[in-house]
Amino acid sequence: MSDEESKSESAMDNTEDKPKSDAPTTANGEPLHGVLAEYHTPKELLAAAEKIRDAGYTVWDTYSPFPVHGIEKAQGIPWTILPWLVFGAGCTGLTVGLGMQLWTNGVDYKYLISGKPFFSIAANIPITFEITVLFSALTAFGGMLALNRLPKPSHALDHVERFNRVTDDRFFALIEATDPKFDDTATRTLIAETSPHHVEDVPADTRSENLPKFFTYVAAFLALTALIPLGYAYSVRGTTSTQPRIHIVPDMDFQQKFKPQRGNPFFEDGRAMRPQIEGTVASGDLQDDSHFYRGKVGKAWARTFPSRFTPNEAAMQRGRERYDIFCVPCHSVTGNGSGIVAQHALELAEGTWIPPTNLTLANIKQQPVGELYNTITHGIRNMPAYGSQIDPEDRWAIVLYVRALQRAQAGNVSHVPAAKRAGLK
Amino acid sequence: MAQITHYSQWQDAPAGDNEFAKITDAVVRVVETPRPPPAWYMAFALALSWLGILQLCIGFLFWEGIGIWGNMHPVAWGWPIVNFVFWVGIGHAGTLISAVLFLFRQNWRTAINRSAEAMTIFAVICALLFPGIHIGRPWLPYWMFPLPNQMDLWPQFRSPLAWDVFAVGTYFTVSLLFWYMGMIPDLATIRNRAKSTLRRFIYGALAMGWRGSSRQWHRYERAYLILAALATPLVLSVHSVVSFDFATAQLPGWHTTIFPPYFVAGAIFSGFAMVVTLLIPARQFFGLKGLIEMKHLDMMCRIILATGTIVGYAYAMEFFVAWYSGSHYEGFAFINRAFGPYAWAYWTMVSCNVIFPQMFWFKKIRGNLWAMMLICIVVNVGMWFERFVIIATSLHRDFLPSSWGYFIPTPFDFLVLMGSFGLFFTLFLLFCRFLPIVAIAEIKSVHPAAHGDH
Repeated sequence: MSDEESKSESAMDNTEDKPKSDAPTTANGEPLHGVLAEYHTPKELLAAAEKIRDAGYTVWDTYSPFPVHGIEKAQGIPWTILPWLVFGAGCTGLTVGLGMQLWTNGVDYKYLISGKPFFSIAANIPITFEITVLFSALTAFGGMLALNRLPKPSHALDHVERFNRVTDDRFFALIEATDPKFDDTATRTLIAETSPHHVEDVPADTRSENLPKFFTYVAAFLALTALIPLGYAYSVRGTTSTQPRIHIVPDMDFQQKFKPQRGNPFFEDGRAMRPQIEGTVASGDLQDDSHFYRGKVGKAWARTFPSRFTPNEAAMQRGRERYDIFCVPCHSVTGNGSGIVAQHALELAEGTWIPPTNLTLANIKQQPVGELYNTITHGIRNMPAYGSQIDPEDRWAIVLYVRALQRAQAGNVSHVPAAKRAGLK
Repeated sequence: MAQITHYSQWQDAPAGDNEFAKITDAVVRVVETPRPPPAWYMAFALALSWLGILQLCIGFLFWEGIGIWGNMHPVAWGWPIVNFVFWVGIGHAGTLISAVLFLFRQNWRTAINRSAEAMTIFAVICALLFPGIHIGRPWLPYWMFPLPNQMDLWPQFRSPLAWDVFAVGTYFTVSLLFWYMGMIPDLATIRNRAKSTLRRFIYGALAMGWRGSSRQWHRYERAYLILAALATPLVLSVHSVVSFDFATAQLPGWHTTIFPPYFVAGAIFSGFAMVVTLLIPARQFFGLKGLIEMKHLDMMCRIILATGTIVGYAYAMEFFVAWYSGSHYEGFAFINRAFGPYAWAYWTMVSCNVIFPQMFWFKKIRGNLWAMMLICIVVNVGMWFERFVIIATSLHRDFLPSSWGYFIPTPFDFLVLMGSFGLFFTLFLLFCRFLPIVAIAEIKSVHPAAHGDH
């Protein structure tokens, strides 16, 4: 706040000042707040304001039911600094709005949405604009109140009955007793010269502006009470409890359904999960062809492809396609075990990584096709089981393609049919 | 409305020996009367019962879930978002009248700005209700705000739905400040005239110790001007952002650059229609014909005519662009809009929004309260249908014919929409009863007596 402005503030706020011993008093002998003059039209008020201004008074003010056009000049009111406060708030809002979006979406937690950049001015303009306006508007309102010293519940003028019409149809000027130029007789003479319709002494507001004690006690009690839940939350923070969690909002955590491995009193055995009926097989679950489904002939691994699987060109292409989907990430396109997952694991160098097997090694080449099939179905070491994801037919196709990869590693031109050799060049 | 005059006690001239006192009395006696007109009681009882329906519906909604509405694939947004856009649109007139017309020094605004601002606040409250109850889990709306949380997640600020939260939230806050700040001197007027201690205390607390000091008026006027300058781009931004909810989607019928200006024009259009709908009865019942004059209503009708014509132009331009772009999907969306299963809604919208307001070209219509009232209600029906048409016709038939469908509202859709009107009218009637419905100080400041040699 500029010096000029703070000086003018004191015009409204000097009720705390103790009257001096030779301070002016009202006719009743009460300490004087000021002398109040009443006018009936804005024109009269403007003329009076100019006279008082020219007489050199500083701690005085005019009062009107609406802003009187030209009163700033007539009264010599300095320009308010409010626009600059709002400008500052607007700049702050701009920075906060842009910074918030940059930090949250561009730095702290990046997530990719529709391939949009993490931070771009265009996408962040709307929110930046809204926050700028919000900060500015709150400051315009709050700044107006603060500079005007509002709210102000009690004032010396409240005790003047006539002053009630200031918000209706009357205009007033008040020269306060604390004005350095205030003089009991000279000031009254000046006011009389402005031809007011009424002049009145305003006694000082002697009531305390402090809140009653009762308010303070109740507020303190409420503030302390409000701390209890917070304090409790802090005291139990990080502790354990045997009680189930409190679900304020259950969401869908409790549903009326039976889950596997839980009880259900409806059934005799008390189990929600029903066992298979003895002596029955679910449709499609018979799997009596051990060679095709388990890769075994008798107790040994099958060395040939099952009769239900035909190793032809179509099966080879299908195997290649499935291999590229399921196996390449670890075993790589050539089957040498240097897929992208393996490469990344080596880069991390955590020391716990078991590398994928090189499928073209001699010991793998010697494995019967049934054993390869079984490995795909059930997994091995840290390789997971793929039986639930890949159909038996496709697993055999993959085995066929793995065999082709193994041969390709040690192959030469003589392995290629004569008709296709030209295409290799 | 001639028949209502006989039981309004405010047909006498307002008391006072000068122009300023008469203005004060005309407005404040509405607040001071011990008994408002019977029409107020009837309207309030009706509004309150509709508000009760809204509360029951929302209670059941929270208990049962949003399945009680007709929202269903493919029209998942359904009526709640239609209602949201409808109410936000209505909430644009107040700030436009207060801010834009203030900056253009349109003094006639002083008669209507207070009630239009109040209407804005209440309409935005109704609007904010819908996204809140539409999210399915209404205990989690705080997820829309950037609050630090144990999931370490932040809102996705590239989404227009996140822009919406900030735009409508800011708009509500700024409108509320604007409205309240404008009322402070008038609340002081009521305080100074109050007879009972309780009234003096309540209005005194609300007026915050305003005593009309010129030094205070100076800062007050600066702050008001700044707020108006801030609110003007804000009011244009809010419905633009709401239109982005649609325009940034890839859906034919939504994905168009005309949406922001078209939505803003539509918002002003519906907002002014709602102001007229509210003010005609208010000035009749509360004897404010001397302050809210026929010329003010005439100006409002002209703005409705202008914005209605802009909206009509936008409808035509959408079709032109759909054809000119050569996009099959866009072309289909608009032919389907006008001649498909929702043709009834489309043509209702066009006749309500484009054809009926054209009657305001005639001075006779602009001087007839019944005609004005009727056209303004029709405009609001039409603007509700506009949002319904945009949402339902675009969503119900998109790229995949296998997922086409038809939106069927349930009784709860109707009850909640009705209930939101109950909320709106309850708030507005309370405002008419307890707060200064005309800006007293502003009217005085533009009155000839404030400038002339009276």
